[in-house]
Amino acid sequence: MTADTENITTSAPRKYLFSKGIDGYFSDVYKAYKFTGRFFKEVFKTPWHFGEVINQSFEVGLRSLSLITVTGFIIGVVFTKQSRPSLEDFGAASWLPSLMGIAIIRALGPLVTALICAGKVGSSIGAELGSMKVTEQIDAMEVSAINPYKYLVATRVLATTITIPILSLYCIFVGLLGSYVNVHAEESTSFMIFYKNAFSTLNFLDVFTSLSKSLIFGFTIGMVGCYKGFHASQGTRGVGKAANQAVVLAMFLVFLEEVVIVQVSNWIRNY
Amino acid sequence: METPKQHTIDQSQSVIDIKGLYKSFGDMHVLKGIDFNVFKGENVGVLGKSGTGKSVLIKLIVGLLKPDRGTIKVLGQQVETLREKELNALRLRIGFSFQNSALYDSMNIYQNLAFPLTMNVKHLTKADVDNAVEEALEAVGLKDKRFQMPADLSGGQKKRIGIARTLILKPEIMLYDEPTSGLDPITSAEINELIVEVQEKYNTSSIVITHDLTCAKETCNRVTIMIDGKFTKTGSFEEVFASPDEKIKKFYSYNFIQ
Repeated sequence: MTADTENITTSAPRKYLFSKGIDGYFSDVYKAYKFTGRFFKEVFKTPWHFGEVINQSFEVGLRSLSLITVTGFIIGVVFTKQSRPSLEDFGAASWLPSLMGIAIIRALGPLVTALICAGKVGSSIGAELGSMKVTEQIDAMEVSAINPYKYLVATRVLATTITIPILSLYCIFVGLLGSYVNVHAEESTSFMIFYKNAFSTLNFLDVFTSLSKSLIFGFTIGMVGCYKGFHASQGTRGVGKAANQAVVLAMFLVFLEEVVIVQVSNWIRNY
Repeated sequence: METPKQHTIDQSQSVIDIKGLYKSFGDMHVLKGIDFNVFKGENVGVLGKSGTGKSVLIKLIVGLLKPDRGTIKVLGQQVETLREKELNALRLRIGFSFQNSALYDSMNIYQNLAFPLTMNVKHLTKADVDNAVEEALEAVGLKDKRFQMPADLSGGQKKRIGIARTLILKPEIMLYDEPTSGLDPITSAEINELIVEVQEKYNTSSIVITHDLTCAKETCNRVTIMIDGKFTKTGSFEEVFASPDEKIKKFYSYNFIQ
């Protein structure tokens, strides 16, 4: 046997179960499942890197705070302005604070915060880890006996899971403030009465669902950003692709989760 | 500062022992039956064209990749069978200098060096870390760069800092991936000197992956040539390049024409 024929027989050509594309898709889904599952395994193991979680939480918070302030306030103003004529037609303008309370707390606050964070934080995590991956910084950590998943992924996912619900509460507050400014401009309602009315129709389930939703969105955004960054390839082009895919996939999953959570919470409410 | 150890090559003791190593990526067969060893205190150069699997070899040694077939014994431990904890303990005894240095670009030089130390060694005081960083920077001659960011350094300085980062954990084995690639001849010569200094001062055993013949000649006690996923010839630099094998002759002449 010549050297060349011996080389060819070292392993058989790859065979696909269905096709390269379909096999690749299922392999990606399995990889994502394993990557997510690993978080729950690693997060309870020492060392916990509290310092890095706090650093990342500040990063997430500071990166999105200004945009959430502006967007939350504008949404409060605009939604109030747009809803007023319809309610006035039915002589129900006094219900405006309650309507805004429901809209902002149940849906808009968590959703707007998640979408802003998916754009700002998800892309930034995807690009940062992607760049670390293609420049072998992640390998450098691994060969230094540092668990890169624990140090880079677990800390970032924890940071987004903790910080995004806090940002969501802040967005709700700013959104209601925007709404109050609009209501106050039309009719001189006091701040306290507005807030009392806004919360009057809400119950524990609304607040609980809103916070749980933010928690899930935060986890999703962190995990998607880390997954896309961790699996970046093809140099700088791969970094851009990872950042872009992190935003698109995170937004898609956030909408999907929103639909499921709304269905589940409605089912619980009716039950 | 620790007294430098006397450098000796112990030919009775292999620190790296590889047998029948195969590695493929999909349909691409990269390593096709590698047998290889490194003695204690020895620098071995692995030469070959780009894309022949030289870097794959050292990534397999350090457990970043898994082999398809074959065994890799490092410091008496079979790498491919180690659990995560055991592998990490072994990795602490191996220094890996990456081709592009792989410095953490969000950290300054001090933090880059202190990071592996503080993450792996418990109960260190700030003074311990400062001293270790200073010693490692002194070993590579870049004491004044401690608070600069990696982006502010030249290619040669980055390579030196990359080596300093591995030295901070006092490794027994050093793996250099293309230590002189992309550097001018003067900086390359400085890196070559540094590799020899590290071998003498820390009594390390090393694998130097390179396609730079000057680097191999200056830094290695033995060299081996990788052609088509196999080691074609191993021996001293002079022995290998005195070989009548056409492929080796071609490699030699191209390198010097360049």
